Amino acid sequence: MADNVFDYAPAPESRAIVDIKSSYGLFIGGEFVDGHGKSFKTVNPATEEVLADVAEADGADVDAAVKAARRAYTRVWSRMSGAERGKYLFRIARILQERSRELAVLESIDNGKPIRESRDVDVPTAAAHFFYYAGWADKLGYAGYGDNPQPLGVAGQVIPWNFPLLMLSWKIAPALACGNTVVLKPAETTPLTALLFAEICQQADLPPGVVNILTGAGDTGRALVGHPDVDKVAFTGSTEVGRAIARAVAGSDKKVTLELGGKAANIVFDDAPVDQAVEGIVNGIFFNQGHVCCAGSRLLVQESVADEVLHRLKRRMATLRVGDPLDKNTDIGAINSAEQLAKIRELSQIGEAEGAGRWSPACELPDHGYWFPPTLFTGVSQAHRIAREEIFGPVLSVITFRTPAEAVEKANNTPYGLSAGIWTDKGSRILWMASRLRAGVVWSNTFNRFDPASPFGGYKESGYGREGGRHGLEGYLR
Amino acid sequence: MMSSTASSLADATSSDAALRRFLHGLPGVDQVGAEQRAAGLSTRSIKTTAKEFAIDLAIRMVDLTTLEGQDTPGKVRALSAKAMRPDPADPGCPQVAAVCVYPDLVQVAKQVLGDSGVKVASVATAFPSGRAAMSVKLADVRTAVDAGADEVDMVIDRGAFLSGRYLEVFEEIVAVKQESGPAHLKVIFETGELQTYDNVRRASWLAMLAGADFIKTSTGKVQPAATMPVTLVMLEAVRDFREATGQMVGVKPAGGIRSSKEAIRYLVMVNEVAGPDWLDPDWFRFGASSLLNDLLMQRTKAKTGRYSGPDYFTLD
Repeated sequence: MADNVFDYAPAPESRAIVDIKSSYGLFIGGEFVDGHGKSFKTVNPATEEVLADVAEADGADVDAAVKAARRAYTRVWSRMSGAERGKYLFRIARILQERSRELAVLESIDNGKPIRESRDVDVPTAAAHFFYYAGWADKLGYAGYGDNPQPLGVAGQVIPWNFPLLMLSWKIAPALACGNTVVLKPAETTPLTALLFAEICQQADLPPGVVNILTGAGDTGRALVGHPDVDKVAFTGSTEVGRAIARAVAGSDKKVTLELGGKAANIVFDDAPVDQAVEGIVNGIFFNQGHVCCAGSRLLVQESVADEVLHRLKRRMATLRVGDPLDKNTDIGAINSAEQLAKIRELSQIGEAEGAGRWSPACELPDHGYWFPPTLFTGVSQAHRIAREEIFGPVLSVITFRTPAEAVEKANNTPYGLSAGIWTDKGSRILWMASRLRAGVVWSNTFNRFDPASPFGGYKESGYGREGGRHGLEGYLR
Repeated sequence: MMSSTASSLADATSSDAALRRFLHGLPGVDQVGAEQRAAGLSTRSIKTTAKEFAIDLAIRMVDLTTLEGQDTPGKVRALSAKAMRPDPADPGCPQVAAVCVYPDLVQVAKQVLGDSGVKVASVATAFPSGRAAMSVKLADVRTAVDAGADEVDMVIDRGAFLSGRYLEVFEEIVAVKQESGPAHLKVIFETGELQTYDNVRRASWLAMLAGADFIKTSTGKVQPAATMPVTLVMLEAVRDFREATGQMVGVKPAGGIRSSKEAIRYLVMVNEVAGPDWLDPDWFRFGASSLLNDLLMQRTKAKTGRYSGPDYFTLD
């Protein structure tokens, strides 16, 4: 039936809407300034094309930014009424919506994620976060943290490359709503939407110094979290860096929230709604190329239905479209960096060497850029490194269990505890499981759903503190 | 979950209790998840060559329908003429799959359509409610088949289904199938009355086990008629049925699909859920009337680069 081939023609989103400058400075005190340090290049991971030169903030730049934030805190932001702060946040939220297409295209170019995700998830959720916390700004006395809770001062915030704009909004929106000012460092591979956000702050007439954006890598981040005039450190990223930050701030008065790695179990019982469970497994691990701290990277499937679920899962994986992030029909985009690709490859090779069965659907990968096919490993045991270590890529480890108690035991048998998923038609079992799983978020019959009203955070090595919801205010108040 | 072999499927219909056990043993459908999946598929962007392919395919899949109390031979003749030549301005435009009418008008449609290749489908079994004695329903089918209907669109007894008398529904479909002889049997569930996706999945298996050639969402007389998630569940069912038995069954969403954009979304879903084998008028149909003109309008736009007004397309 050759005439029945329904080939989707390329449907590229236009890049014309974004204007990427050849070089970017730092955003300090409401203005773009040249940094004192060197610069680095940010590339499009789908093509390896260099997008821009970006300033690398050094110690002096960090100091200038923290001073600007302090000045804005003492003179303007902490004195402003909550209702007035809320107006600025609502304005930013509206501009994020107005410029959503531009932000989505830029995010996909700099990060490699499919436009479908940046357009339908990242940008709308980022705007929703600002709307949500804008509403809290004049109601903090009713949040459950005392009659008249006070801001902390200057927050130093360091965010990862997997959801650049969304993580920025998770950090900046609650901090500003509570009356803090911020110095934020985006990841070195994905600085562009944060720099566009700086322009949005100007557009919104946000008082200078309330938001400062410093680009750079590890050294910049270390200088920021170690700066003596920073009152609050908020970090999302790897557990390794999180540990270093916890050590660096130990003994100081700095308040800290850490959002770290994960190795979440997505648990499928024999009475699960199987077609939706398969969607949830796919969404759990292949959403955003698996670059998700709460990714469902371990599939725990009841042994009695394992073959059936795997059969359906493989059939579904064969329909995933890997390729150009700007094509509106792409499901899986590029791996964010050469470094991350090397790590995914290394752990996948270890998985094979340790005897797990590796499978990927037939899929053509582009010649340039950083790519990894959707992959699953069967015959994985708890002892395998691919079952224990966070791969942070589109790689799923399939583990079987026999009873609910064994599922709980295996799900909890990890140093992490960020999220978990339960798939069953039985409501009582969902509640039984949820009360026993040591994970900050437990999804039932769904996965990777985010809402600004819902708190998010980890147990154990997945970090401490909560972001989102009423709980997310606590980290920015005293 | 499903691990059905052909023999266990035969056992499933051996008694009312066995059939109930089988249908209630099918995996459940999570409403939120099914709707999310349908919405996700709706975001596919079908452009240029893919769009032209999809529009022509959709035209070939249309069951051009008139099911009104006011239907007359004149109306049916006009509709049949349109079915054979949907776009008088373009002889290259494909003809539709079938014309769908009430049994008393089958003969009129047949006279016009002759051996054009456009099939005549007739609703039957006391369409749309199905509330009549079995003998009346079968007589209805006989009328349609004797008049030359190529396809029979029957309605199930939703009352029997909802009260759990599954074997009764099963036996009715078997009897209608027998009465239909060589005519293809489409089984209408009226999913707007079955309401839950679990019911849709059960009705799909029930009808397939009873020998349906096609499973169809709705009569068009009850709201909601065809929806994306309902059709998704039915496409999953025909896919699973083929895996279990090797037999292919067609799917027909009917009612409420009016624009090319919607039709293309359905085709994307067929392609990605059931698979490309179903992208054929033998296995997928749209029960529609106003959809055809929108498809023709989009087709002309694709060919000429310009939109024409609705007056350039025939109203029959």
